[in-house]
Amino acid sequence: MKALGPILAVVAAIITLWYAAAVPMNIQEVLTQAERGGAVVDPEGAMTRRDVSRFALVLRNTEHLSESWSMERARLPAPHQVVKELWVSTWDEEVNGRRGIVKSGSLSNRSLIYHGSITLGATIIGFLIGSGLGILLAVGIVHSKTMDMSVMPWAIVSQTIPIVALAPMIIVVLYSIGVEGLLPKAVISAYLSFFPVVVGMVKGLRSPDAMQTDLLRTYGASKPQALWKLRLPASVPYLFASLKIGIAASLVGAIVGELPVQRGGLGARMLGGSYYGQTEQLWAALFFAAALAAILVWLIGWIERRTLRRMGVTP
Amino acid sequence: MSLVLLAIAIWVGAWAFNTWLANGRYAGRGAVRLAVPLIFGATVIVMWEIIVRGLSVPPVILPPPSRIVETLFGNLGILWPDFVQTFAKGALGGYLIGCAAALATAVLVDKFDFLRRGLLPVGNFMAALPIVGTAPILVMWFGFDWQSKAAVVIVMVFFPMLVNTVAGLRDTSAMERDLMRTYGSSYWQTLFKLRLPAALPFIFNGLKIATTLALIGAIVAEFFGSPTRGLGFRISTSVGALALDVVWAVIVVAALTGTAFYGAVAWLERRMTFWHPSQRK
Repeated sequence: MKALGPILAVVAAIITLWYAAAVPMNIQEVLTQAERGGAVVDPEGAMTRRDVSRFALVLRNTEHLSESWSMERARLPAPHQVVKELWVSTWDEEVNGRRGIVKSGSLSNRSLIYHGSITLGATIIGFLIGSGLGILLAVGIVHSKTMDMSVMPWAIVSQTIPIVALAPMIIVVLYSIGVEGLLPKAVISAYLSFFPVVVGMVKGLRSPDAMQTDLLRTYGASKPQALWKLRLPASVPYLFASLKIGIAASLVGAIVGELPVQRGGLGARMLGGSYYGQTEQLWAALFFAAALAAILVWLIGWIERRTLRRMGVTP
Repeated sequence: MSLVLLAIAIWVGAWAFNTWLANGRYAGRGAVRLAVPLIFGATVIVMWEIIVRGLSVPPVILPPPSRIVETLFGNLGILWPDFVQTFAKGALGGYLIGCAAALATAVLVDKFDFLRRGLLPVGNFMAALPIVGTAPILVMWFGFDWQSKAAVVIVMVFFPMLVNTVAGLRDTSAMERDLMRTYGSSYWQTLFKLRLPAALPFIFNGLKIATTLALIGAIVAEFFGSPTRGLGFRISTSVGALALDVVWAVIVVAALTGTAFYGAVAWLERRMTFWHPSQRK
């Protein structure tokens, strides 16, 4: 509980700052709307106001400022508008909407739950493929000196490359050979989560020290036995650390993978929001993606704590 | 078909040669350590070339490496402005501003325990989020040119950098701090002479993570709108035109840039933290 106070204070400060920032950010549109409604605005005319600084406009038109937090399509929607949009596009749309799950039996294509589930599916499948292959490659690297020396440097170098740049091409190429839907996005997700897992797992599988490997040798343990009984258990803390990085990367991969082909998903929702100036929709999608990332990372952390406790690593 | 068999033969041959090198007498030598991955990389490229030609894969699916290199050198006139736009302006500008801001914030956070306990969990949380999603918003605010890309990069590098620097600033022992106190040194003297140098390995860790994030941010932000140049712009338009050789050439540029950027920061780290155990030979 002692830790909660400062966090809440910081979050409250961020929200206050957000409300304060919304005033100068939205002032142009607020004044344009007020002038259209017949109010007297200083200076007159949207064109003349464009050359005046935002802060000067705020100071000269204090009586219109209350509108800043209830604008539609605001440059910066206020926090409560985003929260309302989140509510409307999740619960409200599904329960009360004509297309919602209650009335139509399937998720509404306007709701964030629908788009989030598309992104989540690609993320999870990609993550499982990527981390599975990553673990296999790490096992290979630890056991074969040839693989270690030839593949490992490339795995490390690949961490410095903006792999996400490949995403649009992977989507389009797979589309042109007839693969579409979930799989192309999952491929990108897998690709992004693959290398962190390889690097982390190699470190983990090598973490047993000479004394422990010597002990297994005196027992006459075979290589598979050493792998199952010593190396894999010892690598678990490293594995979870890289899985957390991997799943966050997977989610980014799935979102970026949704940009080129507009077939639903949080990435498509964000791009749509930015094309049509639906800023509330954009912010809501962003927060939904953030919540999704937080939940996924927390879930892995939870599994990590359970596993480590069962293994007796932590009390 | 015979070309595919040839590719497989080359693969087996190169792998056997690498195995011989890796398990041989000279495996520890620097030259061998360098040669083995290079042979592996070269084999992959040669196989790619031969298989694409052997199976006559259409270039709209996978162009052969020779054609990518040809395109790369043939289009240097286009790719150079793209590189300047994305890396020199967007990524590097945002990187410098973001890292400097994070450093300053970290010193502030470190000075006030309340801030540390409040901002650090928030920063840790933010570092795991898909911050790339802020790109459309920032592009809307700051326009299509490099300023919006720099803004995305700032947001992306800020939190990993902050978390690392704060961790680094706490990495001094009580004995070292006591020594500074017996010297009668002020807060700023302790900061500049003891704590910041001691934090350098952590700061460089953050700087290295941030290099990749900076390029990713600058490229992805261009997918949401950009002037008619930039690596991300080139990728998205060339993908649309199915000019995959251009896309691959851009990816080669991006990969080389990313590796060189990381390498430069790593080189700086070796020069500045030569005293740290992890850098000693």
